Amino acid sequence: MKNSSMVLVLAFAMSGCNKQASAPAAPVGAANAGAALVEVSGGKQATRIGAALEQPVVLQVNDAQGAAVAGAMVTLSGAKGVKFDPASGATDSSGQFTAQVWAPGAGGHFQIVALTNAGKVQAKVDQVALGYEQVLGRQLSTQYCARCHDPESTPERVSNMDNLDPKPHAFSDGETYNKIGDSDLIALIGHGGPALNKSASMPPFGYTLSVAEIQALASYIRAIADPPYTRVYANK
Amino acid sequence: MTTGNGPGSLWNKLFGNSARAFGSMSVILLVSLAIAPAKDYFSEWRHTQNEYVKLIRTRADAVTLQRHVEPGLQQIWHPELGVVDRCTTCHLGEKEASLGDVTQQPFRKHPAIPHSLTQFGCVICHRGQGTATTVHEAHHSTDAWEEPLLPANYIEASCGQCHLSALRGTPTLNEGRRLLGREGCVHCHNIKLADGSVMTPTDHPPDLGHIAEKTSREWMFAWIKDPQAYAASATMPNFGFSDEDARDVSAFLVAQSTPSAYAPRLAAKKAATATADADALTAGASLYGQSFCASCHATQNAGGNLVGGDLGPELTRIGSKVKPEWLEEWIRDPVGYFPATEMPHYRFNDQQIGMVAGYLKSKTDGDLLANVHLEEATQKQIDHGRSLVLEYGCASCHQINGVKKPENFAPDLSRIGSKPFAQLAFPAGVEHTLPDYLTSKITKPRGFGAGLKMPKFTLAPAQVDALTTSLLALTGRANSLPANLRVASEHESQYQPAGKAGQLIKDLRCFSCHSFNGRGGSMAPDLSWEGSSVQRQWLVEFLKNPNTLRPALIRRMPKFNLSDADVNTLTDYIETVYQSPAFDRDGISAASLTPQMAEEGKQLFYSKYACNACHMVDPQKDKGYIGPVLSQAGLRLTPAWIYQWLKNPQELRPGTIEPNQHMDDKDATALTAYIMTLKLHTKQGAN
Repeated sequence: MKNSSMVLVLAFAMSGCNKQASAPAAPVGAANAGAALVEVSGGKQATRIGAALEQPVVLQVNDAQGAAVAGAMVTLSGAKGVKFDPASGATDSSGQFTAQVWAPGAGGHFQIVALTNAGKVQAKVDQVALGYEQVLGRQLSTQYCARCHDPESTPERVSNMDNLDPKPHAFSDGETYNKIGDSDLIALIGHGGPALNKSASMPPFGYTLSVAEIQALASYIRAIADPPYTRVYANK
Repeated sequence: MTTGNGPGSLWNKLFGNSARAFGSMSVILLVSLAIAPAKDYFSEWRHTQNEYVKLIRTRADAVTLQRHVEPGLQQIWHPELGVVDRCTTCHLGEKEASLGDVTQQPFRKHPAIPHSLTQFGCVICHRGQGTATTVHEAHHSTDAWEEPLLPANYIEASCGQCHLSALRGTPTLNEGRRLLGREGCVHCHNIKLADGSVMTPTDHPPDLGHIAEKTSREWMFAWIKDPQAYAASATMPNFGFSDEDARDVSAFLVAQSTPSAYAPRLAAKKAATATADADALTAGASLYGQSFCASCHATQNAGGNLVGGDLGPELTRIGSKVKPEWLEEWIRDPVGYFPATEMPHYRFNDQQIGMVAGYLKSKTDGDLLANVHLEEATQKQIDHGRSLVLEYGCASCHQINGVKKPENFAPDLSRIGSKPFAQLAFPAGVEHTLPDYLTSKITKPRGFGAGLKMPKFTLAPAQVDALTTSLLALTGRANSLPANLRVASEHESQYQPAGKAGQLIKDLRCFSCHSFNGRGGSMAPDLSWEGSSVQRQWLVEFLKNPNTLRPALIRRMPKFNLSDADVNTLTDYIETVYQSPAFDRDGISAASLTPQMAEEGKQLFYSKYACNACHMVDPQKDKGYIGPVLSQAGLRLTPAWIYQWLKNPQELRPGTIEPNQHMDDKDATALTAYIMTLKLHTKQGAN
């Protein structure tokens, strides 16, 4: 009972947002019908539960010829707790629709579903919400790991990845990390590469980080894995 | 059917004679007795527990899960914490690791946290009503109980009730607390933490006592109207002053200004000279670069991005702000104008000062003051300006002649995180929750009514979230929890080095970037034990001509143009005073390290420990780009330091990236021997 009423409340809240956002921009003419909805930027971000994604999500509506469609209505929806600003609206003159997105209150992967052309065309954008343990893992990763495991350089931090042979794997590299079991992953961080017959360039962190901190790092690596890491639970 | 008291009435049928009355009353009594058990039987929580039992039946480990279920009302009771939480009556899967894939509430597994789930109960972190036994009363505010659940977005606020110091797992809370100091919130608002300490601002708003020497009234006007139009990164908030008000405030600020220590030199100076030519500008720009001004000051690049540090003000349009003759004096001797400045005293000669000042003067923005035309101020305007300065509490942040810093200017925020709803006035359009109240107070302070003084700050959404989180941590409960649970807030030590070297360290503002004995900045390495670490001759050379050890860093140590005498004074002091008590800096003699050891160390360096992943020895061949270049380490470091560092880097410098490799004594000695052989001599140094 209570659950359904909460869903109702949420539906009301979201429909309220929709109305506010869509009121000024009503779709006009058949030219606004899009044939494709593509993600321009803002996919696959990770943020703390309940927090705004660092970058807005930008989507573009294209017609059958691949040309951008201006003024097409785009509506966003997501799991319970995902918020948008705006939740719907018309694409701008370059055919793009930009929205700020807030992660839900529960950790894990979440999907944003975007609809256009009266719901006939849809696109899905994946994001990750990080819980306490993963946020801690991300902090540790930034401090100790990112210089080698993050291919991106910033003015404050130049990536060391390309200087190393063998080349380290980015933490989002699910293809690699998903094949490593939990205990191996924790052993790799704690005892370094040689413990699993890998490169000595990966030093041991077990005398520097606590067991809980290494667990947090592993939890973060699992959380941002792409393709996602799926843990198998005992289900009848 | 009749309802009167006639013979056929309902009343007569039920209570017509004593037997009927007895029978009816018995039925009524039985029914009323059944109400309580029925209510209990059909209660929300019992229904939820049945749902949970149905859920776990589908799991492979149903038997184990079933064994953990205790039917009936559950309660976590900690009288010393004031905790009576019945949440686990419905939240039955909290501790079940095997339910990690269940997303349906209330049966979700609690994510990992550093405390055990029963240690503190639920409401200390999540708020809500622990004693409630219905979903609505537990989670939402009702007439009787007004504390609703805290949205997950702000959950770090709860950690901050006990953890008054920065905590690694709570980046948002830490950032919020940093902003309370950095954005100057605590200039006006008093925040007393639960450990009794008072939060202090960490920004350094300029002293306005001599402001007329520094800048024009026109610039003041433009700045007061819209600080961010001058510098996007400015922390000065926008007070929404009208043109008249800004005119009058600027008139008052000019009128109250007194001459600084610069006055005699400024008077001796001629009016500003013609603008520098292109060559001089290039030379000035390169001296600006070589002096690493950008370590502290940011400028906007062609792409509109800010490049540089945020310790000092942004300099993108500095030429439109300061008077040229003042700028030269400032570069010559910052302390003469503002004794509390963090700007170091560069020992530039006149020519160098001219070059840097010429370059900075060229950084102007013609649009900034194009439309500002102010007539000479009248006494009436000055008086009005003064009353505005008093009314808006300008002296809470700035030193202004003849205006005292106001006491308790803005509301005390020490308990804002548990402010009762009855005391909050919500403007239209703001949801009636405490986080929403705080967020809109921060973002739209004037939306709460006409006549409010709080200015508008320029903050990113993430910063607003962080500030809200840090304010939500200031609860009544934070003050009432047992004191032994509290982790006290950190405060910078008052350490001040003594003597002539102490004067030099102060004059060069070493504390702005380096930390010594618990005081100072975090931009550059902690130097508390530098004397144990480096060799005397290297330090002398470095202070004369600092070249960077870490090629990947953009923030670097500036060259201060120190005299030989000053270099010697500093070196002697650092070498003698900043010694680690943990070991003897001369404990390992270079003679005890044999060539065989060094050869073995080289093997270890490149194979077993792969030190070259992060450190370069041969800049031509090695690629490691994280730690310092080691090609001259044998000239720079003491053998004892290298050995101790290899044994446990974190002990010497907590938080350093280099992991502790748990090296045995033999390996550490061999590596020390190898590193001591690295003495590459080049003309400019290998960096």
